[in-house]
Amino acid sequence: MYRYDEIDARIVRERVEQFRDQTRRFLAGELSEDEFRPLRLMNGLYIQRLAPMLRVAVPYGHLSSRQLRKLAEIARKYDKGYGHFTTRQNLQYNWPALEDVPEILSELAEVEMHAIQTSGNCVRNTTTDAFAGVAADEIIDPRPYCEIIRQWSTLHPEFAFLPRKFKIAVSGSEQDRAATWVHDIGLHVVKTDAGEVGFKVIVGGGLGRTPMIGEVIRDFLPTAHLLTYLDAVLRVYNRYGRRDNKYKARIKILVKAMTREAFAAKVEEEWIHLKDGPATLRAADVEHYASFFTDPAYETLEANPAEFTAKLAEDKAFARWVERNTRGHKQAGYRSVVLSLKKTGVPPGDATDAQMDAVADWADQFGFGEIRVSHEQNLVLPDVRERDLFDLWQLAKAAGFATPNVGLLTDIICCPGGDFCSLANAKSIPVAEAIQQRFDDFDYLHDIGDIELNMSGCMNACGHHHIGHIGILGVDKSGEEWYQVTLGGSQGSGASIGKVIGPSFARAQMPDVIEKILSVYVDTRTEEERFLDTVRRIGIIPFKERVYAKHN
Amino acid sequence: MQNIIKDGAVLAADAWQLVRPDAEGQLSVPDAGDVIVPLSAWLAEPERWASRDGRVAVWLASGDEPAELAASLGKLELVAVDFHAFTDGRGYSIGRLLRERYGFAGELRAIGDVWEDHLHYLWQVGFNAFEIKDGKAVEGALAALGSFTDRYQATYREPQPLFRRHRS
Ligand code: HEM
Ligand code: SF4
Repeated sequence: MYRYDEIDARIVRERVEQFRDQTRRFLAGELSEDEFRPLRLMNGLYIQRLAPMLRVAVPYGHLSSRQLRKLAEIARKYDKGYGHFTTRQNLQYNWPALEDVPEILSELAEVEMHAIQTSGNCVRNTTTDAFAGVAADEIIDPRPYCEIIRQWSTLHPEFAFLPRKFKIAVSGSEQDRAATWVHDIGLHVVKTDAGEVGFKVIVGGGLGRTPMIGEVIRDFLPTAHLLTYLDAVLRVYNRYGRRDNKYKARIKILVKAMTREAFAAKVEEEWIHLKDGPATLRAADVEHYASFFTDPAYETLEANPAEFTAKLAEDKAFARWVERNTRGHKQAGYRSVVLSLKKTGVPPGDATDAQMDAVADWADQFGFGEIRVSHEQNLVLPDVRERDLFDLWQLAKAAGFATPNVGLLTDIICCPGGDFCSLANAKSIPVAEAIQQRFDDFDYLHDIGDIELNMSGCMNACGHHHIGHIGILGVDKSGEEWYQVTLGGSQGSGASIGKVIGPSFARAQMPDVIEKILSVYVDTRTEEERFLDTVRRIGIIPFKERVYAKHN
Repeated sequence: MQNIIKDGAVLAADAWQLVRPDAEGQLSVPDAGDVIVPLSAWLAEPERWASRDGRVAVWLASGDEPAELAASLGKLELVAVDFHAFTDGRGYSIGRLLRERYGFAGELRAIGDVWEDHLHYLWQVGFNAFEIKDGKAVEGALAALGSFTDRYQATYREPQPLFRRHRS
């Protein structure tokens, strides 16, 4: 993984000192609320319903065991002993005191971490596939490019005050696991038949109040031009994006208003002036960054060793966990393990300090000291020997991390909602819990199979509800909390926005509603058809009819 | 007293008078002395400015198109860019365009909602003068120019990005 050199470390330290001074001036009354707000947001500090929230950047979801231990320590020392992993692969603390934030940042800096640009109208943390570098279907490892983009976007002097926040996601595999189609910029690393590496550039995707799937503005951008092209896109957005209405300020609105063709042409026009400039990446530059992401010292192992297959055969629960919570690896004899943060009764994405410490230990013991955060809000141990899986499973079970539900109904993506967030229309965590409680039968869940249920407490869509196969959105009906349901959304290749099935429901109805939706699937599915495929084949009407049918 | 920082020092005196339209959109330009007039006025009445006593400079609003000033830049000693709110970042791109694309070499002054927390960015994109908003400390602003001793990107001040200077 990437390691700071002296200059990276110095820049982060200087940022900590700058923020320390800004906080001091705010507390001394030298900066007004209005002046301090954009400054603190640019450092990931929100004021929520009950307390501040601090969002720490986990660059493209990569953590070392040392960093994770530090996150645990901070949770213990400055928070209530837990943190929340987010859909953009970051970590949030829900209870830090404003006065402590500079100290927290200073501790983070010790382990090469920060909260720079984790909020505010600037370029946010770049995200990618949680299985980058280890996925069996990977074409090109996206991480060197993520790091190049991270550095380019960090404290970029021209783009600190954009019309609105700006999110970039990079994918390097056949299957897109980074939701690139719903980001402001989505990049697919591609390789031409001639072996040249570059990017397909997607612009103008996004969720929130006006959900949109992005548009391809360039089929192939050679690697050398990555940064100058990004500069051109951002400059066009910075200059022409709307600033009069924050709901119309995202780049997606500009792309729509200009049309894809006109927007692409404007970018090209700007790019002509920047192309081949000093920010052009030479092969040696890319190699420098790639050198941080070489394979760890994998052992030469046979796939499916006997002790592993024997355990699979004799222990059904273990086999189920392996099936759901581990993934194929490019290296024979290894698998990637997903530690589920979706245990019933625990807010999705939350982990305690003790859990974080445990994961850090396992990363050292079973892997190469690396952990990933997935945008589904789970933790990933990327490299575990198959022969160690049984031991790891037992430890994970004891620590509450082995719920075998990855990719199943109860692996819910969920925002903090009304329990924490001041923008919420409705709570989301209790709804997730009620659904998890209703569907606690693993045989049933496994029979239902792959399904994504995403929930947001308001139309800001932090829980990605639009791209859930089932989406739940908290709405406000004359001061009461109601929930709207969408079907047919999806992330990844062929991304789509879900369709609303009808009037919203009271909270208590939600488990029944989900049950009815699933019953339509069970009744109509063809063999091998996933939930999403059925929805796509039969449309939302049959679901609607069942859900809204009057009882006789 | 105006608080103007130029090239890293506080100016003891500054002769420029900034001319903004009044509530009705009318401009009242003093007969003598050095003035900074809006781009629209500059473009509308070239003869007036050519024959006037005193120097004339131009200021751009954040929505103005710097290309419209490109032909005049050789004649101008000073161009100002107005930040009506510090969160409106269009002026940063305008600064870079004036410097890097149109080659403006004179004084580039940031005016409006300008204070210490943005100066290091403004300096990087090409501004060399800052009119610090009333009520904001000038000393802090001066110090803030040095908040960061290095940066990753290619900028006007340091056209070579970090990866070209120190890495690979
Ligand atoms: C107090 C906490 C939070 C506040 C005030 C907040 C605020 C917002 C707002 C206003 C938007 C809409 C932006 C737009 O459409 O332009 C948004 C979008 C989003 N937020 Fe949050 N958020 C919070 C917590 C979170 C959390 C915990 C996560 C991750 C679990 C998250 C991830 C996202 C994502 C992924 C979007 C997606 C929409 C998009 O960018 O197109 N946010 N948030
Ligand atoms: S979706 Fe709404 S309720 Fe949920 S975290 Fe985002 S802003 Fe808050």
